[in-house]
Amino acid sequence: MSRTYTPGLKVLHHSTVKKIRQLPLKGKVHLKVGDRVEPGWVVASTNIPGNVHMVNAAIQMNVEPEAVPECLLVKLDETITKGQVIARSKGFFGLFKSQIKSTIDGTLGNVSGVTGQIILNEAPIPIEVDAYTSGIVIEVIKEEGVIIETVAAIIQGILGIGGESRGNIEILTKNPNDELTEDLINDTHAGKIIIGGSFISLRAYQKAINKKVAAVVIGGFNYSDITELLGYSLGVAITGSEDIGTSLVITEGFGKISMAHRTFSLLKEYNGHFAAINGATQIRAGVIRPEVLIPLPETIRTGIEFDEAGVATAEGSIVRVIRAPYFGRVGKVKSLPPKLVKMESETLVRIAEIEFEDGTVKTIPRANLEMILTD
Amino acid sequence: MAKGIDPNDVKVILATDCGSTTTKAILIQMVDGIYRLTHRGEAPTTVEAPFEDVTKGVLNSITELEELSGRKLLKGDKIITPVNSDTGVDIYISTSSAGGGLQMMVGGVVKNMTGESAQRAALGAGAIVMDVLASNDGRLYHEKVRRIRQLRPDMILLSGGIDGGTVSHVVELAEILEAANPKPRLGIGYKLPVIYAGNKNARQAITERLKSKTDLTIVDNIRPTLEIENLKPSRDRIHDLFMEHVMAQAPGYKKLMTWTDAPIMPTPGAVGEIIQKIAAVENITVVGVDIGGATTDVFSVFQNQFNRTVSANLGMSYSICNVLAESGVPNVLRWVPFHTDEEDLTNRIANKMIRPTTIPQDMDDLKMEQAIAREALRLSFIQHKEFAVHLKGVQKERTISDAFDQSSSGETLVDLIELNLLVGSGGVLSHAPRRHQAARMLVDAFLPEGVTQLAVDSIFMMPQLGVLSTVHEKAALEVFNKDCLIHLGTCLAPVGPQKTGKVVLSYEIDLGDRKIEKGDLMAGEMKLIPVEFKPCNAKLTPGKNMDIGWGRNEARNTTITGGVVGILLDGRGRRPFILPENHTERIAKLLEWSTVSNEYPRVEGQV
Repeated sequence: MSRTYTPGLKVLHHSTVKKIRQLPLKGKVHLKVGDRVEPGWVVASTNIPGNVHMVNAAIQMNVEPEAVPECLLVKLDETITKGQVIARSKGFFGLFKSQIKSTIDGTLGNVSGVTGQIILNEAPIPIEVDAYTSGIVIEVIKEEGVIIETVAAIIQGILGIGGESRGNIEILTKNPNDELTEDLINDTHAGKIIIGGSFISLRAYQKAINKKVAAVVIGGFNYSDITELLGYSLGVAITGSEDIGTSLVITEGFGKISMAHRTFSLLKEYNGHFAAINGATQIRAGVIRPEVLIPLPETIRTGIEFDEAGVATAEGSIVRVIRAPYFGRVGKVKSLPPKLVKMESETLVRIAEIEFEDGTVKTIPRANLEMILTD
Repeated sequence: MAKGIDPNDVKVILATDCGSTTTKAILIQMVDGIYRLTHRGEAPTTVEAPFEDVTKGVLNSITELEELSGRKLLKGDKIITPVNSDTGVDIYISTSSAGGGLQMMVGGVVKNMTGESAQRAALGAGAIVMDVLASNDGRLYHEKVRRIRQLRPDMILLSGGIDGGTVSHVVELAEILEAANPKPRLGIGYKLPVIYAGNKNARQAITERLKSKTDLTIVDNIRPTLEIENLKPSRDRIHDLFMEHVMAQAPGYKKLMTWTDAPIMPTPGAVGEIIQKIAAVENITVVGVDIGGATTDVFSVFQNQFNRTVSANLGMSYSICNVLAESGVPNVLRWVPFHTDEEDLTNRIANKMIRPTTIPQDMDDLKMEQAIAREALRLSFIQHKEFAVHLKGVQKERTISDAFDQSSSGETLVDLIELNLLVGSGGVLSHAPRRHQAARMLVDAFLPEGVTQLAVDSIFMMPQLGVLSTVHEKAALEVFNKDCLIHLGTCLAPVGPQKTGKVVLSYEIDLGDRKIEKGDLMAGEMKLIPVEFKPCNAKLTPGKNMDIGWGRNEARNTTITGGVVGILLDGRGRRPFILPENHTERIAKLLEWSTVSNEYPRVEGQV
């Protein structure tokens, strides 16, 4: 039987998930292997360097650069306060002295006898990494973080906006084909993850932000609305740092596209349950997909280790078409003929014959198919 | 090369190029005493999850080669080497632009002097330059520190000052780096590689500041005097560090590096190698473009000077939305030969960004993709022209005869009327279903002037041939001449003031077999004369006040070549080239040009 490798998105009911929770710089890890964690627990913390201020001391004190170090009144790394005199020139026969006052609270970072600059460091900025999900610490990455294992249902989206968030799931549309309209969102959705069907308009999304909804999971969204929302065009699909209050996970793509039945059904199954969500996306090296992670109760200890690398599209595989003219439709692979076929665009490609849910069979380039990785 | 093999005994060569989207493998074999490309395979690049191992994509592409050629190349996960009758290869080489390529930050004291030299060195080595840090870049110190911390480049090249000049400015840059305490993009806990290539008198001070916080190496000054640019030591060091640091951190590359017979070269560096060889061997001016998924590289050789620019976020998949943002929707829409909804266009383009490996199935999708390709190419070329300039800051001794010569330091080297050959490469050009489409995209985006030969890399193998030329030049050049370059034909584009109804060019072209093609090209008109790749004698007489390459109103007998497309006469105007603003008129014009140039199948009801 013919097989082909295609990228895919996970829609898994019961999977063993390992989450790496890591600091951007070295710091302190607060947990040990075997510890049981809850989503909000701090697992590691560190300080990142504070902002830097450079003072051209040579010019300000009217001295040669090489004379600046001997004008200092404080030592390197010593704490300084705003308004404190940190350097004073020797003056002319002890007269006409000039001095420099610190413009910040912080430390004296450096002084240069070549350029005559003094560098002042603001206080370090503390950062913390939380557990994100409940689970058990299975590995400690020395001075950097931990790996947490949990058994969960997991749904990967294709693109997200905004970073990590969490809340209880609430399904707002009757079926995956319906649009999540403005009137469906209300005050009771604050702090929740709301799920829609095929589309959410910018107005409706802005209402979700106003109502302090934790996150929105939806089939499709307009690209131009993302531009409007962020205030700039999303030029490359690298997201996660946007500060919009309500994270967004798009499961299918841009435009109005029904959410895949399997995705919608799985989310519906866990209506009212807690989920952790992350909109961070990177469609480049070391791909990162946005996700909805639903940790399962502790009674369910074992999940299925999903071997993505071993998954290939074969006859019978469930796939999603990811380009016009059948974009968003889900079907089953009927056959994978080896011969190259000329498309309407006159491109010669390897194709798959796909049988859609309504029984129609269409020829689709294999490159335009995406596996739905399901258990 | 497999151990103990004489280059003259090399029979089979395998080369791969790991692009950000697709890994391409080619098989070169000795056929009747000449090296020829015999087979080509490809597979999706597997740097991404779930595989996170570039070698899987490499093996998949080689497996396809095995299937197509019937030659056994792999034994398990190992490439069979050397050749043993009908199995194995003698040489295996690879290039790579996957993993985001090589991302660098460069610094110089004066932005358009040492800053620009550092940028040229980094670009020439195949890097993407994320930012140019300079004493005079207008940013405050803390802004520079914040920028360095945010960007997290793969490495930094710091230059500044001529040898013996002032040291304080370049030391100041080092102090900014020291304060930022930068971390590399890949590999937490590693020190960021920093190359210092500035004033030699500042080495001690630079070392004191950067030695403990970075992985500092010092090479010869990039600009020892104002008149000399010494890029090679910096480029070589960048290549070394690319292998040692960046590649070694990317998923699977450590393994791939043990398989190859030559160091893995960044793809743009390899394409640059082959472009320079064409210019040198043929003694011509060349512009080459390689449009990829994430970036578009433009290479040029004018006045024997090689330049390369990389437009880091102008590509056809990962960064396709950036093309849209940079050019604006109207500029993309102007190339779409049918009425379309803006929302639909932007959503289609954005969907290509998030599903980068998909291909157009229907004709409208293809036309939209080729519309945006024109804009990506156009914008990249603008960036190239601004960068490929004479050395700035050089004091020129001028005589009375120079008084009429407007050339000065900092002026662009790119002169389209002097351009002999325009070569396109990259999926959207090399894989266009009709070669006519590739020719039209090149002409519309670059707007060549006068007489310009057009070509495409047949199946996008310039990167592999570039790296092959470093280990087996004979094989690289033979394959390049026989199999790589597809001659599309020649574009004839008169330059000068356009007026409707005016003749812009009169031509008489001898197509051979006593067939003479003779006529007038009117303003706004496009014509195609199909003729294969062979020399054709032509008499070209520009219209009044027009220039076809030898000066205004200068007629000339010359030799031009055809190709798989033919001779394309373009009377649509240059400097400026303007499309009708009215949608209906614009679409009518696009369809007219499309029909005469055999670009797309005729649309039903089209006049």
